[in-house]
Amino acid sequence: MSAVTAFIRQPLVVALILIAVLLWLGETLSPGFASGQQILRLLIVAALLGIVAAGQNLVILGGREGIDLSVGGVVSLSAIIAGNLMAGENGGIPLAILACIVTGAFFGLLNGIGVTLLRIPPLVMTLGMLGVLQGLLVVVRQGIPSGRAAPALADFVSRTFLFGLPGILWLWVVIGLVMAFLLNRTVFGHRIYAIGSNEQAAFMAGVPVKAIRIALFVLSGVFAAIAGICLLGYSGSSFANVGEQYMLASIIAVVFGGTPLSGGKGGYTGTMAGAFLLVILQSILTTVNIDESGRQMVFGATLLVLMLFYGRGRSMRA
Amino acid sequence: MASIEAPARPRSSSAVKRAFERYPFLPALIILVVLIALNGWFQPRSLSLAGMTGLIKTYLALMLLAVAQTYVIYAGDIDLSAGAIVSLVNVVIVGVMAQWGGDGATIVAALAIGLATGLACGIVNGIVVAALRLQAIVATFATSIFFTGLALYIQPVAGTPAPTAFWRTYGGRILEIPFVFYVAVLFAILLVVLVRTRLSLRLLAVGDGQQEAYQSGLPVTAIRMGGYALCGVFAALAAFCITGDTASGDPLVGGKMTLFSIAAVVLGGSALAGGYGTVVGSVIGALIIGFINSLVFFVGTPSEWQNLVQGVAILLALMAGVLVGRRARA
Repeated sequence: MSAVTAFIRQPLVVALILIAVLLWLGETLSPGFASGQQILRLLIVAALLGIVAAGQNLVILGGREGIDLSVGGVVSLSAIIAGNLMAGENGGIPLAILACIVTGAFFGLLNGIGVTLLRIPPLVMTLGMLGVLQGLLVVVRQGIPSGRAAPALADFVSRTFLFGLPGILWLWVVIGLVMAFLLNRTVFGHRIYAIGSNEQAAFMAGVPVKAIRIALFVLSGVFAAIAGICLLGYSGSSFANVGEQYMLASIIAVVFGGTPLSGGKGGYTGTMAGAFLLVILQSILTTVNIDESGRQMVFGATLLVLMLFYGRGRSMRA
Repeated sequence: MASIEAPARPRSSSAVKRAFERYPFLPALIILVVLIALNGWFQPRSLSLAGMTGLIKTYLALMLLAVAQTYVIYAGDIDLSAGAIVSLVNVVIVGVMAQWGGDGATIVAALAIGLATGLACGIVNGIVVAALRLQAIVATFATSIFFTGLALYIQPVAGTPAPTAFWRTYGGRILEIPFVFYVAVLFAILLVVLVRTRLSLRLLAVGDGQQEAYQSGLPVTAIRMGGYALCGVFAALAAFCITGDTASGDPLVGGKMTLFSIAAVVLGGSALAGGYGTVVGSVIGALIIGFINSLVFFVGTPSEWQNLVQGVAILLALMAGVLVGRRARA
């Protein structure tokens, strides 16, 4: 493989090329699609997904079939808690943020304990937790108002904050930098890759495997909670199961970013591009004038085609 | 039942351990018996013939879908589109019956078309996962979106009624015995026959070690595709039952069932990593979910708390099953 093809086959490069192609396609189909204002709007939606995907990314990187199906439930719950605690008042924001992060960390901790100490497979543990969260949402929604975002939060998400960009994009950039630093420059990050690629070897080398894996699930819960707060700011009020869509979308964003579900390699920069790619694709489909049924068929088929650009499993013969 | 056991593993010591090894669904069976007893305690009528008929009528679809999921999980794969296949087959058969009139011959033809639809969906999944080697979780999620789109195209909104003859038969009786019991018996026979086929064993072999299976000369790709095809067929059967139960077409009817089908398989003691498990366990797993749901209702849980209590109970059952199963096997 020549240097050029090797460069092009890097997941991040694949994602960026696909983003460029899709933006061009969108602009062709509906002029104005790739205007600055539109791209900014798409980036805000992508940031919401990207923040959830940050936690998902960490859990998947940690390997041993790591996956978190409960993120959607945490996003919904966090949006409801935040909406009720701030109830449209700026003064409630600090308490709301604190409460949401504690909630997210709590459910992440439960997932982490189940996966490590009880050794329940992550898919099973987080699937069960999703059922619990969905039940909890029904209870919480009874008799309490849907909650409203504080004006400052709404402005943070959709209005210009600094240098022409809304606050949520700055938040996303900061999360991206922190994740890059964490994964590439800290002991914790190196240990994540270590347990993700060979847990046994990492354990032998003295890596506290269980503590790290619990931390990954806690972080996943926290990122989902932060996304829930931002989602409240984006939509103004929290409504039924707003977070449900993020469960599988966050996993796809991670895969499109070049982190295989087997874990141990990849990173968050690719995931950010993957989240943006997924959002552009969905947006193109809403601009094109076709039925919901046709839109879903095209979306499903396109996802499959895009997956072919990323890592396929290894051939038996190889 | 001797034929419905998992391949025995060596290094067993006590009789209890051996029993758990041969019948990995034993923990699930114990949970099920306890749940049935509790159901009878809180609502004696739930164990009457009418109560049992109602439960089977409602949960036969989930049992079939759990079995569908099992064949894929045997090989270490997963199918997140199983529920979408149920929805698609549901609207296809209701659509065909409505198109051709609702008499006996057209119902049979519609069911044949439904089976073919399920099979086709399964083969599509098999191609993307086994032949194209995409990651099963994300690839079958993508096909589930596609299948749901197709279902919405065939029938944009829920509500087309199934012909009276169809749901009357499903909910009715033949020779004083409820029809669903005949279905359950046929289902059991089908499972016994399938356990004896080479495909079941080969799926387990692939799940136990793909590379090893390949190197021993097994056609791994074809076997995994066979698992997905079988999954599609059983999903179609599940769709028949749900159509008999709800008596109408709904393009989103199966969506929520996918995750429950996976939970049922795990409850039944099969390993998600593949290579180990039984279809009987998955049927028991589906029944556990059914009995948990009815028990939560019978103990008088306020309606808004029911989902939470069900969720917690299912999570605890999943954890208990995994823990007991492992302790017994280790």
